[in-house]
Amino acid sequence: MALNVVGQRVKRYDGLAHVAGETRFVDDVIVPGTLVVKGLRSPVPKGKIKSLDVSAAEKVPGVVAVMTHKDVPNNRYGWGGDQYVLAEDHVRYRGELIAVVAAENEDAALEAVDKMKLEIEEQEPVFDPLEAMKPGAPKVRPEGNIFMYGDSPCRKIIFGDVNEGFKKADIIVEGKYHHQGLKHAQMEPHVSLAVPEATGRLTIYTVSQAMYFHLTWVCNIVGLPMSKVRMIGGTVGGGFGAKNDVHADHIAALLALKTGRPVKWRWTREEDLLFSTFRGSWDMEFKDGVTKDGRLVARQVKSIRDSGAYTSLNAYVVDKHCFLVAGPYFIPNVYVEGYCVYTNKPPASSMRGFGITPATYAGEMQMNKIAEALGMDPWELRFKNAFREGEMTATQRVLDSVALIETMQALAGLVGKELPPHLKAMASTQKREG
Amino acid sequence: MKKRGVGLAVGLYPTGMSGGGDSSQAVVKVKPDGSVDLILTSVDIGQGCKTVLAQIAAEELGVPYDRVDVVNDDTDTGPLCFGTFASRVTFVAGNATKEAAREAKQILFSIAADKLEASPEDLEAANGKIYVKGAPERSVDIGAIAGEATFGLRKVIVGRGHYMRTPSAPDPATGKTDPFATLAWAAVQAEVEVDTDTGEVTVLRLDCAYDVGRAVNPLLVEGQIEGGAGMGVGAALMEQLYPYKSPVKFPAETFGDYVIPTAMDVPDIRTVIYECPSTNGPFGAKGIGEMTANAPAPAIVAAIHDAIGVWIDELPVTPEKVLRALQAKG
Amino acid sequence: MYTLELKVNGRAYKVEVKATTTLLQVLREKLGITGPKVGCETGDCGACSVLVNGKLVKACITNALTVHGKEVLTVEGLGRPGAFHPLQLAFHEHYAAQCGFCTPGMLMAAKALLDENPKPTRDEVKEALSGNLCRCTGYVKIVDAIMAAAGEKA
Repeated sequence: MALNVVGQRVKRYDGLAHVAGETRFVDDVIVPGTLVVKGLRSPVPKGKIKSLDVSAAEKVPGVVAVMTHKDVPNNRYGWGGDQYVLAEDHVRYRGELIAVVAAENEDAALEAVDKMKLEIEEQEPVFDPLEAMKPGAPKVRPEGNIFMYGDSPCRKIIFGDVNEGFKKADIIVEGKYHHQGLKHAQMEPHVSLAVPEATGRLTIYTVSQAMYFHLTWVCNIVGLPMSKVRMIGGTVGGGFGAKNDVHADHIAALLALKTGRPVKWRWTREEDLLFSTFRGSWDMEFKDGVTKDGRLVARQVKSIRDSGAYTSLNAYVVDKHCFLVAGPYFIPNVYVEGYCVYTNKPPASSMRGFGITPATYAGEMQMNKIAEALGMDPWELRFKNAFREGEMTATQRVLDSVALIETMQALAGLVGKELPPHLKAMASTQKREG
Repeated sequence: MKKRGVGLAVGLYPTGMSGGGDSSQAVVKVKPDGSVDLILTSVDIGQGCKTVLAQIAAEELGVPYDRVDVVNDDTDTGPLCFGTFASRVTFVAGNATKEAAREAKQILFSIAADKLEASPEDLEAANGKIYVKGAPERSVDIGAIAGEATFGLRKVIVGRGHYMRTPSAPDPATGKTDPFATLAWAAVQAEVEVDTDTGEVTVLRLDCAYDVGRAVNPLLVEGQIEGGAGMGVGAALMEQLYPYKSPVKFPAETFGDYVIPTAMDVPDIRTVIYECPSTNGPFGAKGIGEMTANAPAPAIVAAIHDAIGVWIDELPVTPEKVLRALQAKG
Repeated sequence: MYTLELKVNGRAYKVEVKATTTLLQVLREKLGITGPKVGCETGDCGACSVLVNGKLVKACITNALTVHGKEVLTVEGLGRPGAFHPLQLAFHEHYAAQCGFCTPGMLMAAKALLDENPKPTRDEVKEALSGNLCRCTGYVKIVDAIMAAAGEKA
């Protein structure tokens, strides 16, 4: 049956609202009498909180409420369940939230934060994940610096026998790669507006990319059922993974319930760049075994992810990396170890591409080096190894709708690359020879 | 001296949450004149899911695109969606939308069947009409049927859809698992110019080919490809959150410290979309959102190697790293 | 407090401001004109771009008192439904707005360019946009839209 709407270049559903400047983002929602929020954040990357005195902050004119962890019904949250809404005895990254204030205006909120008396015993931090893995490294968390996958300090993928594979190889190509830490740099900052209602219900205007996750966390943190919390969102000024973790909704909700007033918390760009989630860096070691005619017969990978101080989505990100780090190629022997390592940075988390971005980067660096080592056209090398229909990934998933060969042929057409006849004739549906 | 080079990188990307178990639900409600409300909580972060999901609902129900309204703003009215990440919304929420639209359509078909003296299985819907397969002259207007269903038969014309892949936990020993719904494929070629005196790299061109299964909206797919390419340029050459070992002493506090590409940094981009439909996505669609940021960086690094003969194994490739590599090469 | 008199989108306003109040705060918080966005408050991202007496400024780093007696144009004054500015229609037609957060500022930067240089080259457009960040589009379709609005074939 012919398609009428799917496949058409119809214009963006809300495009005219965008160009009119009419699209309402969370910060554009203005409710009279809204309080503003500022937070006391840890000045040090690692430390023990000796004391916190907020009594002077509470007395600042214009301050309506001050909260510490003692005021939070359920202080733990996050994808890994290990984050603190407000820090209790320890801080594990610079900028970790310790106390928050809601005030009539920004000046009062800032003055209140300034008047909080925090005594903190600074401890030795560790920032480099490779250092953090060493025995005797300063401990980011009491249980250790490496996330445990059950009993294992890493996610392992074992397919075929990588050592046997290396024996069949004519050349071995090794490489070490570093993919840097990155920010989402979405244009809309983290912001939340929580409006309490006389009925006991709370409406939260959210920038969440994942509204039901935020709803679940907020309900849990404030101790209300989902019938009492309504999230309004769905149109967000860029996310790229930044807005999967809850940054402001839970704090705005807590302060709105405490004060009975609408509360808005907009992070500054400085706070966003310094203290919000980010793409953790990756250190990756690859060892590939290749035959003279360009077939990959073995790939061994060890990858280390800088996860920052809390689990968030990092264990998931490492999983995703490990499942597909062998790349878009059929390699009969694969061995992968992926580590999720804690450091005294803000929690790393999701960013566009998760663990596949560094996998693609390092894996393709390897392919180009292998092509150079063999004196082979990098296109030819990829055609030779590209997955075919019905082949299996390193996690033993059998593939369908495979189209790398066809996608490369499409690129060749676009750039005017004349492919040799045997590559022109190649198709993903053909069975691999040999 | 200025030297030019080209470089290739390819890639794949999984659709949906790794390990499955991620839900999206949709409700489709047909108003008495045949207009449609698609109700869900999938978030449009710019990628355009309101557009794409409206297209999927319109296609399945056989109504024009502009007769579908998307209500995605409210957890009071909208059913569960895990969220906009993992390149999952077009696929997962799209499948839920299609299922919801199909259920609503069956209510309309059950009424149209009487009018057309045909069985519901023999009906199709397109362009605002329900008609007998193979006999398009035997047709009724969807608006009329919706009115009849609402006021004549006191029906609520609502359809529900829920898509969730069965969770698959990896085997602890081998990692064996079925972690994704489908894979999309990428191939990117970069052309660069390297100034060997300053170490500066200029990306002259990025040419991008992507298999997206079915491109529900090629215009929006291009938008994802171009935006991802821009992000790839930033990762390849410019962006570095923690350039020094201590993120405390040398933090990036503004966009003056954390520099992302401007219009002057992103080259001309040509795109070609290849369509190898998935077996399980809505109309064969796969996820495209995230993967577009992946292949550009290694393609750019390969192009730099092609231009000046050095491999640089740490991102980003700054002018300093280029000059040091050239110096080491001698 | 000081009294600031200004015109925004053709309408005259009189507001009380502090010596430190920015133009962006006046527009959004005092006048409820929310087209210009708060993106960075350091003048880097351009989401707050508006025209003051026809010149492009970043409202977040413009002291409000410096616009006393002047005319401000925001996206709301550029064109409205039924009477959109050609740039607005071109942005829609060419899919130049994805998330839409940078769009109000982009449009004003584009207007400032075309007012001064009605037939820019692609490179001139890119240069004129270099103070306005967009993370969604890679700028390709934004440049296409501006070239189209300038009457060139994109």
